[in-house]
Amino acid sequence: MNTHAPMVTTRSGASIATRRLSKSFNGTTVLHPTDLEIPAGQILVLLGPSGCGKTTLLRLIAGLEQPDGPDMIRFDGEDVSGVPIEKRNVGMVFQSYALFPNMTVAENVGYGLKVRKVERAQREAETRRLLALVGLEEYADRRISAVSGGQRQRTALARALAIKPRVLLLDEPLAALDAVLRERLRVEIGLLLREFGITAVYVTHDQAEAMAIGDRIAVMEKGRIAQIDVPKEIYHRPANDFVADFVGTMNRIAGRVENGLLNIHGGETMARLNVGGPDRATTLCFRPEAARLASANGAISARVAATTFFGATQRLVAEVSSECRLQLDLPSNVSVTPGQILAFEIDPAAIIEFQTEA
Amino acid sequence: MRRQWTSTAGIVITALLSLFLVVPVLLSVYAGLAVNYARGPSAGFTLDWVGQVWGLYADTVWRSLVVALLTLVVTLLIGVPGAYALVRKGGRFARAVEEIVTLPVAVPGLALALALILSYGGAGAFRQSTLFVVVGHVLFTLPFMMRSVIAVLETIDWRTLDEGAASLGAPAWRRFIDVILPNVRPGIVAGALTVVTLSIGEFNLTWMMHTPMTKTLPVGLADAYASMRLEIASAYTIVFLVMVIPLLIGVQLVADFTEKRTAS
Repeated sequence: MNTHAPMVTTRSGASIATRRLSKSFNGTTVLHPTDLEIPAGQILVLLGPSGCGKTTLLRLIAGLEQPDGPDMIRFDGEDVSGVPIEKRNVGMVFQSYALFPNMTVAENVGYGLKVRKVERAQREAETRRLLALVGLEEYADRRISAVSGGQRQRTALARALAIKPRVLLLDEPLAALDAVLRERLRVEIGLLLREFGITAVYVTHDQAEAMAIGDRIAVMEKGRIAQIDVPKEIYHRPANDFVADFVGTMNRIAGRVENGLLNIHGGETMARLNVGGPDRATTLCFRPEAARLASANGAISARVAATTFFGATQRLVAEVSSECRLQLDLPSNVSVTPGQILAFEIDPAAIIEFQTEA
Repeated sequence: MRRQWTSTAGIVITALLSLFLVVPVLLSVYAGLAVNYARGPSAGFTLDWVGQVWGLYADTVWRSLVVALLTLVVTLLIGVPGAYALVRKGGRFARAVEEIVTLPVAVPGLALALALILSYGGAGAFRQSTLFVVVGHVLFTLPFMMRSVIAVLETIDWRTLDEGAASLGAPAWRRFIDVILPNVRPGIVAGALTVVTLSIGEFNLTWMMHTPMTKTLPVGLADAYASMRLEIASAYTIVFLVMVIPLLIGVQLVADFTEKRTAS
């Protein structure tokens, strides 16, 4: 066992806290001072486009990058900022897996235990247990080059878990896999992480993956956390435009509210959205599934431009005006043809209005 | 039809070229076994010349092997970690170092030898020992080892492998031994093959640096050509071939074996 770190007695690993954690490379700030609290056992997903600083934040927590200042990262209250990764006792799953081609699947999984001088019999038993957990027993003696992408991914996960890490860090672990496998493995990983009850930080740019795996999601933009919350809130109550656009599809209607009713800019049709509040210029946002068909009276009318069939639902692209195109989800048994004028209304509870307007 | 014609032509040209290169070797072998080269095969064949060469120059054969082996050991110890350090460091500094290390390849061997003699000629015991020759060979062969290892390092994702091992708790030296070394093995084997071959055949440097007590095989060969009859010099060539060819095949087999293991 790691003699530098206190013994972790709970099954849930360590809590992670960052305090004004920042990182710049050659004068360019890639992570602005960030405060983060991850309770023990929680899975936090860092979600964002490439270059948003999510991988840097993960690598800082891992100890693969040095923060700009001292005492910026704590595990269970203990400052680990100066502790190199090999002594930090973190499990790491890399996007490219970083498996050792010169070792078998079992040797890869057992390597961390070998480094910790765990005696052979115990090491092998532990390796077998982990391989069984990820369903790879029969591949134990295969070389890495002789197993598939999904099996490599699982080997990497088993290897990271084998050292009983204080925290598990995953850097886009599914990005190298094809779509079908990715969807299956994200369910499996989510279950496995919860079974282990381990504190985990999971980096991805895939919002569906983030929703499926995260207890909480931190959406990142330009080196800052734009919003951190449970998946439901991120989706239904995005903090700003960026989050709203990055997570799911968001419709926007720009217009003026007068006497509590919305007039759409440039539209010949007068929308009668009862939004209340003072008179103002504003943009209202809503998700495609917040729309429903309505009687022509007292609703927004729009011309259907295209439809896409999704099985249970269909997505319409509908034009309210030349500047205002909306995406609407309707049950797929409603018959809609392009060119048709539809009247619809929006669930008032699902309407989001951001304060700032550019 | 056309394709047959071109492939036939290809075979003929290849055969002629091979013949052009192989004939001198075969003639040398023949000369070293003939009783009298000038009188032709009618005079008969003998192993006497080979025996005489062995009697006169056996020590140069062993010395050449020892020098090649020591050179290999030193280039391995310096070249492999050195190559990794350079690739890790990266940037302009690393490139400059690589150029400097490569310099002895471009500088004529005689000039390099002269520089070494000027610098260390005063250190009598060292100057007169076989180690002095080894130093020259290391300077000359080191870039080949380093470049070979660097070339392989550039094809593997060494940084991620290193980070992976680090995340599992391995200190830097263990990551190098457990993960980096096994994955650059093809480069090390190829480099070793080049170093041994170059060292055994090296003449320029060695001729300038050697003392009567530190002759290597090629220097002895020059001696024999200059002062002995043609048959003895040719017999010397046979000794050289008998020694070098199995060595090269052996190293090549090791290389193939390692490659297959890495690939499977």
